[in-house]
Amino acid sequence: MTLITSTIPAPAGPHYRPAGVLRSEWTKIRSVRSTTWTLVATIGITIGIGVLATSTEASRWTHASLADRLTFDPTSLSLAGLLFGQLAIGILGVLVISAEYGTGTIRASLAAIPNRPLFLAAKAAVFTAVALIVGEIVSFGAFFIGQSILGGSAPHAMLGQAGVLRAVAGGGLYLAVLGLFALGLASIIRHTAGAISAFVGVLLIFPLITQALPSSIRDVIGKFEPATIGNAMTSVNTHLQGGAIPAFSPWVGLAVLCGYAAAVLGIGGWLMVRRDA
Amino acid sequence: MIEVTGITKRYGDTLAVDDLSFEVKPGQITGFLGPNGSGKSTTMRMIMGLDNPDAGQATINGKAYGGLGWPLREVGGLLEAKAIHPGRSALNHLWALAQTNDIPRSRVDEVLEVVGLTSVARKRVGTFSLGMGQRLGIAAALLGDPSVLLFDEPINGLDPEGIRWVRNLLKGLGKEGRTVFVSSHLMSEMALTADHLVVIGRGRLIAEMPVSEFIAQSSQQFVRVRTNQPNELREALQSTEATVVEEEDGALSVSDLSAEEVGDIALIRQIVIHELSPQLASLEEAFMELTHDSVDYRGESGLSADTDFENKNGRLTPAGK
Ligand SMILES: Nc1ncnc2c1ncn2[C@@H]1O[C@H](COP(=O)(O)OP(=O)(O)OP(=O)(O)O)[C@@H](O)[C@H]1O
Ligand SMILES: [Mg+2]
Repeated sequence: MTLITSTIPAPAGPHYRPAGVLRSEWTKIRSVRSTTWTLVATIGITIGIGVLATSTEASRWTHASLADRLTFDPTSLSLAGLLFGQLAIGILGVLVISAEYGTGTIRASLAAIPNRPLFLAAKAAVFTAVALIVGEIVSFGAFFIGQSILGGSAPHAMLGQAGVLRAVAGGGLYLAVLGLFALGLASIIRHTAGAISAFVGVLLIFPLITQALPSSIRDVIGKFEPATIGNAMTSVNTHLQGGAIPAFSPWVGLAVLCGYAAAVLGIGGWLMVRRDA
Repeated sequence: MIEVTGITKRYGDTLAVDDLSFEVKPGQITGFLGPNGSGKSTTMRMIMGLDNPDAGQATINGKAYGGLGWPLREVGGLLEAKAIHPGRSALNHLWALAQTNDIPRSRVDEVLEVVGLTSVARKRVGTFSLGMGQRLGIAAALLGDPSVLLFDEPINGLDPEGIRWVRNLLKGLGKEGRTVFVSSHLMSEMALTADHLVVIGRGRLIAEMPVSEFIAQSSQQFVRVRTNQPNELREALQSTEATVVEEEDGALSVSDLSAEEVGDIALIRQIVIHELSPQLASLEEAFMELTHDSVDYRGESGLSADTDFENKNGRLTPAGK
């Protein structure tokens, strides 16, 4: 039997470092299939729905009413799939944390990194980097494909036009921050199914409930809904869009979303330190 | 060196660990024994900084777990069988752990080799048997070449070959001067591997002593003797007030006399004997005796010591002790 007598090189410095924890999280996220699946789903859903929406609009443009034509935002339309793609990226955000708890790997992880806030921050950072890159690819992809579909028969947008680049880049940012929000929820809830339910609840069911409220309340609450913010972030004609629900301006909306993500991550980190692994 | 001082853990109404204190010294294997649910895993999780104690503290080489600079290089732990993401390969699981503590990639290959998983290193852990998962957990514990090692029931799910492998590994680690703390609910297993014992029941310390002392103290010694004149021999032995019991195979079990005395008596009576061997009562029996009170104290009818320990009727002579 071989014994483990060989020595490993002494570490540099007195303490483990964030760089190592980040590298470890990168190894983890790229070494499971669920990452591939959820990212492929994010791309497929977002672009697929964008293709559907733009081709429908292209085919009926000649019959569209004047009002429709006035408020038509080709950028926003091509990015319509983001509101569904966010579910897939959110599932990845959830799994990054909940899979550790579900499988028990969390104990091995926290034995290696007893500093739990650092562990959570590294996870969040690596996930955000992945989600942002994929989010931007998806957003720009959906935009270009959608515009080329609209191109033949309906007005289409170009990146150089006012507000278009902001809206398309905003789509990627929106995906990344929403995914981060899902990750934060999972750090509180710790169970995959529970965290996904909470995330879907916030995104889809919450708006349905507010729809039922009187419009004075709905206008106030509606501004804070991620979908409303996302809509504004990915629209060029923000003041024309819908008009039914008042929305924050894109950058303020992004700041609100970041606030949500920071809040759930903060609570998650606080709980993580106090709870048993 | 592990020092546990007055550590207490409560889960709701369950007092899992109750004011427990003990020490685990380097250079020897310390067995951590207790019936199911006695708080062994909970104690180990608290030592590893995973569960927060309600009172008391645990230190490793004088520091709380959270205060260790490079935790994996100081402590290795195997806590749960197969608590590893099933979708990740063994290699990536170890590599992700190694990266946190600046452990080189070559070390990952090395520990995979040590536990014999090199050929399946790139396979998903979900396809592993319980025994392979256990080996991977051991590989993770060895990753940082730590001086302190904790193993929670390391032989779980291993076949006899695997059990022997773990035994040798533990002994080797102990010989290298490391602190080795290994839990089990099998006294017989600990008699073969451990040097020192920490015995708990219902979260409380019952005994802390060298294994040899435990065996000497709590094992009932007796002498097994075989002859083709059992009745004559029995009569002769009983005349000295020894207790003689006939065993199923016809041999006699003699208590209160040494093997020499039994041999002398047989010679005087000119009885031919075919076997004469000093024996120890089953260590499991002794262990049950020891933890009996703590088990009774639970007042849980369903959980009796009898169902907790295997091999309870097997008599064994501890080897090499
Ligand atoms: N996370 C938990 N939540 C609630 N109760 C727990 C938890 N962990 C352990 N317990 C309880 O604490 C007690 C001690 O459990 P523990 O797992 O530490 O015992 P053990 O000695 O390791 O047992 P075994 O030999 O079965 O592994 C048991 O009553 C158990 O039910
Ligand atoms: Mg246990």
